[in-house]
Amino acid sequence: MSSPLTRFKAAVADATSNEARRDFIYKALGGYYVSRDKNKNNFRDWQKARECAAQTKYESLNNLAEELEIFSKKIEGRGGHVFFASTPSEAREYILKVARDNGVKKIIKSKCMTSEEIHLNDALEAAGTEVVESDLGEFIQQLRKEPPFHFVFPCMHVKRDEINTLFQENIHSRDTNNPAELTMIAREYLRQKYIDADMGITGANFIVARDGMISVTENEGNSRLSAAMPKIHLVLVGIEKVVPRLEDLALFLPMLATAGAGQPLTGYNTQYAGPRTAENPDGPEQFHVVLLDNNRTQLLADAEHRDALHCMRCGACLNVCPVFKNIGGLSYGTTYQGPIGSLITPHLRGTKNWQHLSYSSSLCGACTQACPVKIDIHDHLLENRRNAATLAPSILWKMIFFGFNFIFAHPKLYALTFKIAKKINPLTKLAGKVPGTLLYGWTGTRKLPEPPKSSFRERFAEHKKQDLSVR
Amino acid sequence: MNNPSKEKVLARIREALRLRAPSPAQIHGRHANAPVAEYTRDFRDAMPPAGSNDAERRAIFEANLDALKGQFVACKTAADARAKLEALCAERGWAKLATHRAPLCEAVVPAEKSPIITDDGYDKNALAAVDAGITECECLVAQTGSVMFSTRACGGRALSVLPPVHIVLAKRSQLVGDLSDAYALIRAKYGENLPDCLGFITGPSRTGDIERILVLGAHGPKELFVFFIEE
Ligand code: SF4
Repeated sequence: MSSPLTRFKAAVADATSNEARRDFIYKALGGYYVSRDKNKNNFRDWQKARECAAQTKYESLNNLAEELEIFSKKIEGRGGHVFFASTPSEAREYILKVARDNGVKKIIKSKCMTSEEIHLNDALEAAGTEVVESDLGEFIQQLRKEPPFHFVFPCMHVKRDEINTLFQENIHSRDTNNPAELTMIAREYLRQKYIDADMGITGANFIVARDGMISVTENEGNSRLSAAMPKIHLVLVGIEKVVPRLEDLALFLPMLATAGAGQPLTGYNTQYAGPRTAENPDGPEQFHVVLLDNNRTQLLADAEHRDALHCMRCGACLNVCPVFKNIGGLSYGTTYQGPIGSLITPHLRGTKNWQHLSYSSSLCGACTQACPVKIDIHDHLLENRRNAATLAPSILWKMIFFGFNFIFAHPKLYALTFKIAKKINPLTKLAGKVPGTLLYGWTGTRKLPEPPKSSFRERFAEHKKQDLSVR
Repeated sequence: MNNPSKEKVLARIREALRLRAPSPAQIHGRHANAPVAEYTRDFRDAMPPAGSNDAERRAIFEANLDALKGQFVACKTAADARAKLEALCAERGWAKLATHRAPLCEAVVPAEKSPIITDDGYDKNALAAVDAGITECECLVAQTGSVMFSTRACGGRALSVLPPVHIVLAKRSQLVGDLSDAYALIRAKYGENLPDCLGFITGPSRTGDIERILVLGAHGPKELFVFFIEE
């Protein structure tokens, strides 16, 4: 299989050459900037709120082990289950086991980026379970068989006409490209799915540790329905998403809404503490929380970049990123796109294969400025490059620099090399036009400069001769 | 089920945290010459305004709910609310309602409509087919125009989200300023024994997933009414 870098380059070339799509992305984000600024200005002190958020996340991470232990105790005390998964396969196996033990045939899922991280849907479908994404954007992406384009706006790159065709082909809907009608078609289609599902899977935006709750933020109500109707509610969440108490949500919920979607508060912010209690008429009989590590502890161990775990996945840094807006979310080839994805992916999946993302930034700092929890994103991207530079270089890289070094250290060889280079320049130019060659990486978007008529050495020698002759 | 990785993950976390990270104030103040003051966690006065008296809170709540495309219905008394609900049912041709056992619901929802009472158990398909779900709430939040709900105050989990319309009955005394007030109220009321599910409903269900164009009623209620009872 091709490397992440090769795929990245191909995807970027493809995405950036589609100007109409790029315009569409710019336009789609236009309304966001206006409403975000309006809501930011409604804060009495947005900068102070950011500081408070950063400090709260910092203190929570400093106590992470204790917070998670308290959380587990509280959830278990109410009859729920907490499972710590070290790896994606452990998480998948646990979820499959819960499904098997309870004879689960149908699952309704609401948006959960962590599940993209572990490719949960594939595993569940392979086990013969029906899995339906219920968030409208995720539902569209599931039908398109494509990962989310943006971890908050999953299908922001898809046009209404494409959705019309998609729905007609897949769920036999009538012909319409009206967004409201398309939304209603999905609503009707998914309604029965909630009622029939045996299990609901959701993510969580916050782990409210000391109150033993998880908090889910959404606009559509699909997550609430997924946690209300089926007999099992399973939550999959990264271990880092901790805040201490419910009271802290009074800070984080409005910030998440404002930074992420330009809203004062997202439509539904719901906290779940466990399975239904005796006095309630409904709710799930079982409540499971799967806490996923998947190398988060590795990032935690890097004190310099630990604050990257403060991220609440609001998506603000994507929305302002000039690179994201031009290359689009799918080019990254990662679960988390944009600046924060470029920052954490090398930590979570290895610098060797993912370092190129740290270079796909103009270091303009728009992300850092937008981040509601004050993560120093662009500085960290630069530090990622430093980390990448300490890795053992490839053989090719070594050979190039050995040759460079050798030629520049030997004046005669140097002169000869440039004479030859000049002679074969027409050939080099020709070679530079062939896509896929090493040279093309440079010449594909740049002009090869014409060699000077004579070199410095030649001219120097010429001048010397003239000087001598004058004297 | 046994959880072999629990101790492993917790041990890794403890090991990772042996090296302390600089605080956010230290990170952001690293180019300053003078020592930096640590950031506070006291956020309340940094947040959007919530009004300092009853009249202000009410005005802010109304304006926020309106901006969210929720509908504010001022009612003098519970009897007035009942009349307004009956008028709404007549206007919309609503025949099937659902509610739960609670003083305000009993006073406002007409028994002739023989609504589904979720406390008595219900059929999921029948609940999905009603015209409107009517619930009480924990409180109303001026700052964000939200309704705070909980399974205990709202007849369970589904009643306030499954029917196509959600009608909230609230007394004027239930209006609080900000989200912090709302959580304080929950804390005072329930102590350690919190409801299994609670949260904020802010406007009707919505989505912008198709071309970032706002559409109401994605999966939850298409309309949200707040009957604000003054007595
Ligand atoms: S890094 Fe900051 S801006 Fe980006 S998604 Fe995370 S919290 Fe939002």
